[in-house]
Amino acid sequence: MGEGRRPSILFHKGDGMGRYILKRIFMLLPVLFGVSLISFSLLHLVPGDPAILMAGEDANPEFIQAVRKEYGLDQPLYIQYFHFVSHVIRGDFGISIRNREPVIKLLKERFLFTVQLSFISILIAGFVGLIAGIISSTKQYSLFDHLSMVGALFGISMPIFWFGLLLMLVFSVHLRWFPAGGKGTILHLILPAIALGASGAAVIARMTRASMLEVIRQDYIRTARANGLREFIVIYKHALKNAMIPVVTVFGLEFGYMLGGAVLTETVFSLPGVGRLMVDGIFQRDYPIVQGSMLLVATTFVLVNLLTDIAYAFFDPRIRYE
Amino acid sequence: MNRENLLLRVRGLSTHFYSRGHTIYALDGVSFEIKKGMTFGLVGETGCGKSVTALSILRLIPSPPGKIVQGEIHFRGRELLHLTEEEIRSIRGKEISMIFQEPMTSLNPVFRIGEQMMEVIMLHQKVGKRQAYERAVEMLERVHMPEAEKVMRQFPHQLSGGMRQRVMIAMELSCRPYLLIADEPTTALDVTIQAQILRLLKEMKRELDTSILLITHDLGVIAEMCDRVGVMYAGSIVEEASVEEIFEDPKHPYTKGLWGAIPRMEEEKESLSVIPGVVPDLSHPPKGCKFHPRCSFRFDPCDRLVPPLVETSSVHFVACFLYQGKERDG
Amino acid sequence: MNEKGLLKRGQIGEVWRRLRRNRAAIGGGIIVLLFVFIAIFAPWLSPYPPNEGDLTKRLKSPCREHLFGTDPLGRDLLSRVIYGARISLQIQIISVSIALVIGTLLGMIGGYYGGRLDNLIMRLMDILLAFPGIFLAISIIAVLGPGLTNLMLAAGIYSIPQFARIVRGSVISLKEKEFIEAARAVGERDLDILFRYLLPNSMAPIIVQTTLRMATVLLTASGLSFLGLGVQPPTPEWGAMLSNARAYLITAPHVATVPGLAIMLVVMGFNLFGDGLRDSLDPRLRD
Repeated sequence: MGEGRRPSILFHKGDGMGRYILKRIFMLLPVLFGVSLISFSLLHLVPGDPAILMAGEDANPEFIQAVRKEYGLDQPLYIQYFHFVSHVIRGDFGISIRNREPVIKLLKERFLFTVQLSFISILIAGFVGLIAGIISSTKQYSLFDHLSMVGALFGISMPIFWFGLLLMLVFSVHLRWFPAGGKGTILHLILPAIALGASGAAVIARMTRASMLEVIRQDYIRTARANGLREFIVIYKHALKNAMIPVVTVFGLEFGYMLGGAVLTETVFSLPGVGRLMVDGIFQRDYPIVQGSMLLVATTFVLVNLLTDIAYAFFDPRIRYE
Repeated sequence: MNRENLLLRVRGLSTHFYSRGHTIYALDGVSFEIKKGMTFGLVGETGCGKSVTALSILRLIPSPPGKIVQGEIHFRGRELLHLTEEEIRSIRGKEISMIFQEPMTSLNPVFRIGEQMMEVIMLHQKVGKRQAYERAVEMLERVHMPEAEKVMRQFPHQLSGGMRQRVMIAMELSCRPYLLIADEPTTALDVTIQAQILRLLKEMKRELDTSILLITHDLGVIAEMCDRVGVMYAGSIVEEASVEEIFEDPKHPYTKGLWGAIPRMEEEKESLSVIPGVVPDLSHPPKGCKFHPRCSFRFDPCDRLVPPLVETSSVHFVACFLYQGKERDG
Repeated sequence: MNEKGLLKRGQIGEVWRRLRRNRAAIGGGIIVLLFVFIAIFAPWLSPYPPNEGDLTKRLKSPCREHLFGTDPLGRDLLSRVIYGARISLQIQIISVSIALVIGTLLGMIGGYYGGRLDNLIMRLMDILLAFPGIFLAISIIAVLGPGLTNLMLAAGIYSIPQFARIVRGSVISLKEKEFIEAARAVGERDLDILFRYLLPNSMAPIIVQTTLRMATVLLTASGLSFLGLGVQPPTPEWGAMLSNARAYLITAPHVATVPGLAIMLVVMGFNLFGDGLRDSLDPRLRD
């Protein structure tokens, strides 16, 4: 019995976590490269002379030439790409064709809004989904189980925009509980978040249920019971931590889908998000806006996936040693 | 039978499983006794009900499909089948512990060895973390685990099968149970590791004064480890005797058949004898003695009545009509 | 599966039997069949031409002449919904076919040959998947421009990675099996091995993915049309119809309810059937 034996339960040192994280970061570099390449080439893939596209169809030739010089459109493509990336890294996404303002300014506000909206959505989706999934798994084939699985079916089958319209119809128009659109307080975000989160909740519920059912059958659960642990501990400590492993990935993905699908909710509820910004940009042929949105959203999603991978390794120690 | 020495007495234990309209009669009146300091072996083919017996003792039979329909399980003066859920939980892991066949999957993969062991210790022994830690390390050292403190911090997948079984043994013995149930503890291990684990069990039994209920289908393990043996067939015990008697003087036709199937160096045999027929379907068991369809000694009552377990010579029990009337007097 | 790896007749029977027992899957199957039927026979089933509107009869509620009512331009909603089924099915079939063919090819090549080629293909898929969900389709439309054809292309490209992954996974796990080794030892050509052994044995997950993907594509395509990036007016597409209905939500809610309901039911049908297929084809579910 030595002194100073501190039974620290965390024991995180030298676990392989550091190496795992570095490996993951290394693996996403080519993807980021691809994403930036695609965003950059948008302007060049669309049919037409980029300079004319930027300057406007009816601009006079001197203006077009000036635009061409200013944006370096006469340079070889790889040099243009290099400029593109070096500007982006410094936060310069160019100027909006339509209103001549720095893209970064618009992007920042709108993007933060969408992130906020998605965040509330994933919270709602996660809360509802996890609880429904866990209870369904512990009471398999009960009424609750059947109801929640039917609910999950509806969740993944309903179009977001339709659900949003329905919610608006019932809760804003008839019941007047929530405002019908625009931003402002958190009340403005509840209905859109529910519409956005419905399918996420469904996916999480199904995944959690399936995972829990699988885990509860395992030998180590039998061991935990044989050791006299209370059923509550067996389920919510021993089973849950294992069951969460695949669910964590789903959380990350669903948050990403919310970021991407927010545009539908933003349209229904007239919200100033990045999705709406991008779609407007497409209609107005405002390429810098579109490029900036694409780049920002995709990069964020890649980072979200990185975080998800790290969280996965936190839940499943076996992964750390691969 | 000396009352004071009695640790566990099982009488008429019957456990059924219900599925899709038919009933599986997994256990049909199992009876045996285990004394203090004894290693009792439960032997039989796969599917005869050995594991179900073990799980029934600890009431770990999953209750939607399964149900303990009848029987008595006396343990240290208490009737286990009458205890509340909370009471039986306080016995599991503390007075009766169990180790399982598959060490690879019996430990929780996402918690460290130390956490899992300490959890059990703290649950049953009301000690703080530091003390639990030290007891856990002590147990690991007792089972000759090299670098015990390092192992405490490791995850199950970082250990080999043999080491995981050692951890299981350490964990289950950490609260000094009176009875350790070992369900095929070596079947899934390498032959060389098997010998080590068996030796370890013997040593622990000696040091900690634990009785063992050893479940296996391996007759060699029985010969090595047990004091008394119960032979199970199709959900009941057909013969029970001391290990010497069971090998030298087997009485039940099934037991004799089992022994006949073992190759022996001394004998010269052309072929191994095999018991004809197959193990019965436990949802439609044969009437009367469940072994009678395969028995070369069967006669009149065997297909109508179930033979009771009776004592023949000293403490040698058989359930077979061949021996009715040859019971010991008294 | 026998040595040649093709599904034996008895196995298909087994799968069919299991499927029949799954009532939810049957319900889904019926919905799908109904949907396909309506789509194919739209011209005969539809009471009015979908694009002709009588402006004197705008926004009527459901009545005997117009079972679902009329839309803001006086067009019969029932007819538009029926033709919408046709458009949707067309979009689904073309998009999923694109994804199926290209994705399966990529998955087979990557899974079978491994190495640098596989890495390259997987990186490409990763790049596509870096754009989350519908955002990817929107980005493709950003390059191609709005319109029906581009919608089908976008929905197709956006579905490629899932097919590629699944087929690749299947090929990788089958590659190591003995019957493949045997085929190689006998000197069979790679192309033969891929198409005669590996592909048929991967059919189960491919079929399940195809069915489920029909559901996803419908949601995505209608979403894009809702945003105005897909079909252009006056084409009767369910998502586009919902977009028109927004302004009349209070005055004529039926215009918004019906097309959305149609989308939901059809998606549900494909999802139920797809889930049922997946369960029936799962070799682990031995009774």
